[in-house]
Amino acid sequence: MTTAVVVALLVATGTWLVLRRGLLRVVVGFVLLGHGVNLLVLTAGGTDRRGFALPGQQGQGPVADPLPQAFVLTAVVIAFAVTVHLLGLLRQGQALDEDDDAEGPA
Amino acid sequence: MSALVLVPVVVPLVAAALLLLRRRRPGADALDRAAGVGVPLLVVVAAAVLLAATLEGRTAGAAAGGWPDGVAIALVADATACLGVLLTSALTAASLVVAAGTREDHEPLLVPLVLVMSAGVSGALLTTDLFNLFVFVEVMLVPSYVLVALGRRGPAGGRLYVTVNLLASTVFLAGVGLVYGTTGTVSLAELRGAAAADPAAAVAVGVVLVALAVKSAAVPLHSWLPGSYGAVGPAVAVLFSGLLTKVGVLALLRVWAVVFEGDARVAWALLAVAVLTMVVGVLSAVGEGSVRAVLTNHMVSQIGYLLVGVGLATAAGYAAALFFLVQYAVVKAALLAVSAAVEVREGTDALGRLGGLGRAEPLLAVAFAVAALGLVGVPPTSGFVAKLQLATAAADSGSWWVLAAVVAVSLVTLVSMLKLWNGVFAGSRPEAAGAGGAVTGTGRVPRAVLVPALALAVCALVLGVWAEPLLVASEAAAAQLVAGSRS
Repeated sequence: MTTAVVVALLVATGTWLVLRRGLLRVVVGFVLLGHGVNLLVLTAGGTDRRGFALPGQQGQGPVADPLPQAFVLTAVVIAFAVTVHLLGLLRQGQALDEDDDAEGPA
Repeated sequence: MSALVLVPVVVPLVAAALLLLRRRRPGADALDRAAGVGVPLLVVVAAAVLLAATLEGRTAGAAAGGWPDGVAIALVADATACLGVLLTSALTAASLVVAAGTREDHEPLLVPLVLVMSAGVSGALLTTDLFNLFVFVEVMLVPSYVLVALGRRGPAGGRLYVTVNLLASTVFLAGVGLVYGTTGTVSLAELRGAAAADPAAAVAVGVVLVALAVKSAAVPLHSWLPGSYGAVGPAVAVLFSGLLTKVGVLALLRVWAVVFEGDARVAWALLAVAVLTMVVGVLSAVGEGSVRAVLTNHMVSQIGYLLVGVGLATAAGYAAALFFLVQYAVVKAALLAVSAAVEVREGTDALGRLGGLGRAEPLLAVAFAVAALGLVGVPPTSGFVAKLQLATAAADSGSWWVLAAVVAVSLVTLVSMLKLWNGVFAGSRPEAAGAGGAVTGTGRVPRAVLVPALALAVCALVLGVWAEPLLVASEAAAAQLVAGSRS
């Protein structure tokens, strides 16, 4: 239940920011959306099973599902790369045109 | 054989990395050009061999790292994947030849970016599970973000493209998470028929389908496409049209055919979206005033045709969609190559400032005419065979309103192509154009643009007259999708 609320909060805030004017808000929005979705994927593996998912360690309680963790690890790397690219776009855009709306109306 | 499956993914990635390691100056570069054409052609050969093997019933597959099924990164070269890889690699090579003519390859990053993109495309077509599909689609999209930012409108031109695709990718990942949560697997083979068995799984896969619909530019999620494709250089537009939306449609076809198994309770919605996409796309194309804008808006309409085949949810429909996809990608690449030639020669593609090119550039006019007839669907071009297949499949499943839409949209397509012909090739150049001053064309069509345009147009003719091999391959691919040869 706690994860559901956290995911909902992250996704709602992220969506709101993505819909705002200004690329910086959009970038932050995508970071929050990414976190929300990553949590969602983690939850898909179950959050109550927390044992080490290492070979040879079976039998020490319920083992965590390693697959969603691997998914999220990959997704985090991709999200990081795209965020850096977006920030690069933001900076380049500011350098190129003065009337850039990155700051935008509040 | 299984090593061959890795070629379309690994070889372009390694080649791109090696090219990036090299120190080079801006400007044309012989090694870049050789790698840009050579590597995709190598992939074409590999895909052709794999296609021949899978048509004989020996489908090759590879799993990375020796992990068990469901955990390993598995690639399977079934007929759908092979056709897709063959097509996209050939178009990658063609677009890089065009880039040499339009001088876009003076950008040192172009060839490595395109190679990484083609590796992502091949991976997305060959992969057997939803999560790896997400990863490979990202591998394809990240270079395209950079290519759009390098385009003629600068970094600002790519914002819409990047944000829409990023949002779609986020939705896609959420869908994958939901699928894993409801079914405990993301492997397409294990998900076969899961939608009918469990409504929760159907909704989860539905989220994935919506994300794929954004990537394929289906109405009402299409409006990012015309603007973004107008913001890139002419050769990159050829590349994007051949690769990006096609991967979206092929992935949509695969997920739909495997997980939903053509469920009639949902198929009507897909058909409605398909017909809406056809109609909206062609109507917005007719109203545009420049060559590239007409062609890119038209892309949306043709995506509608592809989705009709998917939405019919029969093996004949899938086969028609696959045949349509291959021939349409070739035809559209030919048209965009002609558009690139016009842009280089005249410095503009605005219809109001062009005219009389038919006399000055007869070969270019021939290439345009053949490709345009292919897009409309006039015999003996490949478009006729494709539309006939699609119409037959629609009639067989009793969807007469779809059949009517297919024919009606073809007529409007003819109108839009006539508009381009009259504006660019017929008549004479408007007097005002010469006095405009802003036009800075080179006054000639580079051979590196003309030759691919003609070659692709000839391909469209060949696929129309000698359609049998592609028909057999697409029918086999559809049969595999329905029966599930992927293990």
